[in-house]
Amino acid sequence: MCEITKQPEIKVATGDRAILPEGAKTIPIFVMGKKYDVPETLTIMKAMEFAGFKFLRGAGCRGGICGACPTVFRMAGDYKLHFGLACQTVVEANMYLAQIPFFPANRASYNIEEMSAAADAIHALYPEIFRCVACNLCTKACPMEVKVMDYIAALKQGQIDKAARISFDCIQCGLCASRCMGEIPQYHVAQLARRIFGKFIQPRFEHLVSRVKEIESGKYDQMLDELTKMDHETLKKKYVEREREPDLSSLGAWKPKETQYL
Amino acid sequence: MAYTPELRELIKKVEATRPARLERARRGENYPALTMDEREEVLSKFHPDYQKDAKRIVRVGPNKGDSLQDQVVGLLESKSIIRPDKVNLNTINHETDVLVIGGGGAGTSAALMAEAAGCKVIIANKLRHGDSNTIMAEGGIQGATQEGDSPYYHYLDTIGGGHFTNQPDLVAALAKDAPLSIAWLESLGMMFLKQDDGRAVTRHFGGSSRKRMHSAGDMTGAEIMRVVRDEVRNRGNNITVLEFSPAVELLLDEDGKCAGAILFNMETREYSIVKAKAVVISTGGFGRLHIKGFATTNHYGATMDGVVMAYRAGVANKLLASTQYHPTGVAYPEQNVGLLITEKVRGLGAHVLNIKGEQFCFPLEPRDVESAELIQEAMAKGLGIITPTGRVGLWLDSPMIEELHGPGSVRKELPAKFIQFERHGIDISKDPMLVYPTLHYQNGGICVNGNSETILPGLYAAGEAIGGVHGENRLMGNSLQDIITFGRRAGKNAAAYIKGGVELKKLTLDHVVKFEKELAEAGIENPQIAPILLPDYSTDEVAANRWPEAVTEKV
Repeated sequence: MCEITKQPEIKVATGDRAILPEGAKTIPIFVMGKKYDVPETLTIMKAMEFAGFKFLRGAGCRGGICGACPTVFRMAGDYKLHFGLACQTVVEANMYLAQIPFFPANRASYNIEEMSAAADAIHALYPEIFRCVACNLCTKACPMEVKVMDYIAALKQGQIDKAARISFDCIQCGLCASRCMGEIPQYHVAQLARRIFGKFIQPRFEHLVSRVKEIESGKYDQMLDELTKMDHETLKKKYVEREREPDLSSLGAWKPKETQYL
Repeated sequence: MAYTPELRELIKKVEATRPARLERARRGENYPALTMDEREEVLSKFHPDYQKDAKRIVRVGPNKGDSLQDQVVGLLESKSIIRPDKVNLNTINHETDVLVIGGGGAGTSAALMAEAAGCKVIIANKLRHGDSNTIMAEGGIQGATQEGDSPYYHYLDTIGGGHFTNQPDLVAALAKDAPLSIAWLESLGMMFLKQDDGRAVTRHFGGSSRKRMHSAGDMTGAEIMRVVRDEVRNRGNNITVLEFSPAVELLLDEDGKCAGAILFNMETREYSIVKAKAVVISTGGFGRLHIKGFATTNHYGATMDGVVMAYRAGVANKLLASTQYHPTGVAYPEQNVGLLITEKVRGLGAHVLNIKGEQFCFPLEPRDVESAELIQEAMAKGLGIITPTGRVGLWLDSPMIEELHGPGSVRKELPAKFIQFERHGIDISKDPMLVYPTLHYQNGGICVNGNSETILPGLYAAGEAIGGVHGENRLMGNSLQDIITFGRRAGKNAAAYIKGGVELKKLTLDHVVKFEKELAEAGIENPQIAPILLPDYSTDEVAANRWPEAVTEKV
């Protein structure tokens, strides 16, 4: 963003291209064992691009939510294995890293309409969840800090609601499955649990049922048709004069003065 | 990187003004919003779309004569990857009813609807199925589901927010289908935020007259994408998903109907031909072109591929000159730069502040107005905060949310954002964030009608790739609604078109030949080759070390 900097003598990064700012230090990192010197403070993803890598696999949203860039690393001289997303983890000196952009995991096919609030179907589709030995490596590997083992435990006990809530932040990167001694495809099981929760356990949108009927009966067709043909000035006037629902009104309770278009 | 001591000093100014600002917020008082005339003024002076230096005139194709952004024109005036006269179009690799190009939210919804109507579908993805801007949309999805609201007001808010430049039939389709889309997602098992009695928890957003924003935590788009993608996986008998296989050119038949596409396997570098009775373009937007050098919130593959391919086949675009800069992209720490801070933060009451800790704008103006006000404050008035990496930002006072909604609300309402900052040593429930406008959304795009049809028979388009739904400015929550509404419509209508009987004649690439002839006649030398598929982030040093001149050929 060159045009917005107030200090033009400083070289500024534009877009997503990483730069080595004036005076910045470089540190060595080891990508699959091979050394590259990269600026400190960059993420693994931007550091690898700085080094000259062009991603095909292993990059997606670049914002920590798509699960395309799971990465494992160790620090030189330390036995401990670390996990992170390449787009979210900052490089450290003497980091040895490799990406795991894909890890095979068994997914069971099912018909959502045939599911129910009972956990039997989940147990039948994924009997391997009972192979969990509670080692907790899945939770330790999760870059989103999801308590993976806890939701598997909840599902074993039939607590779908609990599993759905615990697993909500899952980005399906597969690191849990890559570490599982019981060979459980945790993230697929969690997906099924959340859909069952959303469809069969959470209460339905009651107010939406009648709205859908109104729309399908054509209640709004004429109103919308009139709006599409309305001259600019009338439309503008209607826009400016429309009532704003108060910030602190409770949901569904507020009634506007103008009711003919509801 | 946690805040530096210099930034910590500045945060004290924010903390100093906070009690009085909270007091006003509790009384329901807001910084006054701009009048329509004031909006016009700030937009014309400070919004990047209104600056002439970064635009030029398109010389070929259906948008010839339009003034568009430099990078966009470069892609519209581009040459095909394919040499059309050398392709054997008699070898068909895949045959299907519907080919969906781009498996984000729009494409995946289209695939599900077409399949439900009895079609065989192929989804061609550039990256993985679901890699898209859909998955990154945080704040929510609009739909007039509450009793005090109706599609009528959704229409008004949308067209007013778009400065009345929207295509009316598209707005009507959006407003009408929105509650239906939400009901559909609910029936698929999406975990919406609900009260215990099942009522939707809905909120205000910039430019809203009603609380119409439905959400699923602060990862609404990710939740939508997870659910629809999972459903596609359940329908594997009829929907084939191809990954790392983007389309690089559309195919027509001799009658001029759209009849498929050429796919490129990016891993093996093989090309293949898909013959399809109908094609849906749902390739998303152009954030990765980094218009005017802005950072972007977009995913890695947002390079305008669908627009490029449709353009060569004669399909025009509308409002492509209009880009949405989201007012609150991350300006610090460097690792998160460009990423989006959902509008929900302001919807929950957080103020936007200058270096003195003072408010300077109504926090929920339409996005373009809000962005222009931030740029004005930082650049014209010099009241922005300069970060250690030389970027500029303004404060977004997230700790206010804790005061207004109770301790723990930041973590509860914004879990993903909380984690994202916590990783870098910043607790956004205690300290404000530094934000600046970021390139967020392609407002314009392929011309379609309310049925998602383009002028080319058999070619449909949906999602961010199309233009007109949002006019020159999109409201929050209308993009997720756009992809579901028009994705569903594209899938349904493509299926109906096929049911009506489609007989494909011989496949051809004549439209590409014709377009390239036009390029030559217009004197356009060395056109870019597109779609570009992925951005290139090589540094100048690396690019030079690849010896662009000194090597004989690509190794």
